[in-house]
Amino acid sequence: MKKYIDQGKNDTRSGFGAGLTELGRTNPNVVALCADLVGSLKMQDFIDENPERFFQVGIAEANMMGIAAGLTIGGKIPFTGTFANFSTGRVYDQIRQSIAYSDKNVKICASHAGITLGEDGATHQILEDLGLMKMLPGMTVINPCDYNQTKAATIAIAEHQGPVYLRFGRPKVANFTPVDQKFEIGKALMLNEGTDVTIVATGHLVWQALIAAENLEKEGISAEVINIHTIKPLDGEAVLKSVKKTGCIVTAEEHNYLGGLGESIAGFLATTHPTPQEFVATKDTFGESGTPEQLMDKYGLNNKAIEKAVLSVLKRK
Amino acid sequence: MPKLQELQDLTVQVRRDILRMVHKVNSGHPGGSLGCTEFFVALYNEIMELKDGFDMDGKDEDLFFLSNGHISPVFYSVLARKGYFPIEELNTFRLIDSRLQGHPTTHEGLPGVRIASGSLGQGLSVALGAAQAKKLNNDPKLVYTLHGDGELQEGQNWEAIMYAAGKKVDNLIATVDYNGQQIDGSTDDVLPMGDLKKKFEAFGWDVLEIQEGNNLEAIINGMKEAKERTGKGKPVCVLLHTIMGHGVDFMMYTHAWHGKAPNDEQLETALAQNPETAGDY
Ligand SMILES: Cc1ncc(C[n+]2csc(CCOP(=O)(O)OP(=O)(O)O)c2C)c(N)n1
Ligand SMILES: [Mg+2]
Repeated sequence: MKKYIDQGKNDTRSGFGAGLTELGRTNPNVVALCADLVGSLKMQDFIDENPERFFQVGIAEANMMGIAAGLTIGGKIPFTGTFANFSTGRVYDQIRQSIAYSDKNVKICASHAGITLGEDGATHQILEDLGLMKMLPGMTVINPCDYNQTKAATIAIAEHQGPVYLRFGRPKVANFTPVDQKFEIGKALMLNEGTDVTIVATGHLVWQALIAAENLEKEGISAEVINIHTIKPLDGEAVLKSVKKTGCIVTAEEHNYLGGLGESIAGFLATTHPTPQEFVATKDTFGESGTPEQLMDKYGLNNKAIEKAVLSVLKRK
Repeated sequence: MPKLQELQDLTVQVRRDILRMVHKVNSGHPGGSLGCTEFFVALYNEIMELKDGFDMDGKDEDLFFLSNGHISPVFYSVLARKGYFPIEELNTFRLIDSRLQGHPTTHEGLPGVRIASGSLGQGLSVALGAAQAKKLNNDPKLVYTLHGDGELQEGQNWEAIMYAAGKKVDNLIATVDYNGQQIDGSTDDVLPMGDLKKKFEAFGWDVLEIQEGNNLEAIINGMKEAKERTGKGKPVCVLLHTIMGHGVDFMMYTHAWHGKAPNDEQLETALAQNPETAGDY
């Protein structure tokens, strides 16, 4: 199987910070907003270089979304920064009416997504954000897998006209995709070709899927691994092509199975090419405090969970 | 007042608990917790009228809601030392499978907690509902709350502040931890909030300031005065002037320790400034 090298653990939020800094230098229309979480969102470099293009709104996320919508009316490209929970659920109607329905070019950048933010616990661990955002007409939803890809995605969404939800996380994880890659919104990436089962993963679960595929190979199971960084629009064609070959699929995401990537794929396949599927996702539960590794283990969000799901979906072929 | 010395000793022990809890898991929020230690000790041991044990409805006893849930360490320590749950359980703070979540929740059934908090700006609304339930139940006891000053930047607070006065919810005492700090800096640097006293008054509240928010006697006297002012048609607000990180010299007067745990050496220094009084957990 194709080998992927971890270039050194890093957090995806730092990839966002680096991408934003680069945008500050290359695109004078890019502006940034933050709700009292500059350090957590890694926005300080952008602020230092472009103080006049940064707006600190205080702890007032709803106001931030409205201001961002307004800034687009002057031709600006606003990037909002706060935790994923406060970027979505907290401000859903502000996003719905002032951004999505009004078709405003706002980039909603959300850190500390999912369960791996760890010790802060369930109040901060949103596992429903992909669902909330993908349900909004016109919203593009992106969940990159590592530092390099998050940086590339941050840069790419500035070029895209329309609202975007960009989701990333807190923990330092393997950084294995190419430096300075070109990021194509809506295009799934084939990471490993295989014949027995398709594993489609997003975000932090992509690296786990690669580990799983490696372990499965030792047991004689050939797994195809696809990185779907864009949840919406979904690259259905890539999924279809793969399952027509393998005949079964496992989806993996750091999100509730309701509303997530797996649900999007199940809906798509049900109408195009019904395929046995297993979901690696949280099972309609809130999170809790703990270390990221402990939580991924307890809530079934790691390579072991993916391997188990593969073994059960193979039986249903 | 011998009781005062006892409570004073308790504040030192609570500070030790806070420091040891956040140090052990290298996460959590010591700054605001240390700044509100005297308030919590006074509230739970001298001000609130509480029944023995815990039940969710809390009929015929005063209720407390922590809106700025990140200062859970001080809340947990004071609850444990008041007897709501075993003091040893403080050992499990922020660990997996614990009832002592990073931010307070009801999900795991921790006695003393009646609502989840952590996402800021929601506690006052909940407290208003609980206060109105008390009125419906002809329950004369009071509802207390605590809010961060930065937290007041959330608009929902101002909806609740307007409602409280408009609907004459006068069995409520809302306290603001007025430490002038939040995550990204001082509240003045992040988003100046102007004259909070005048703002609350303009919304129809009766406002009282406690200038020495880390002085037990001042807090007890101030909160007793606040109690006197309930039941007169207006909600009562207490602006509690505290010092973030109070009691640990290198943590004081800065937002730097809002959400950062001390390392081994820093813990030792901090504990030396707060010698054991009531027994470590
Ligand atoms: C809705 C929401 N937005 C942002 C945060 C992140 N956050 C946690 S504490 C905090 C600062 C709170 O400031 P303040 O209320 O003054 O508390 P202090 O720092 O004084 O303890 C922020 C922004 C949050 N918990 N909830
Ligand atoms: Mg404060």
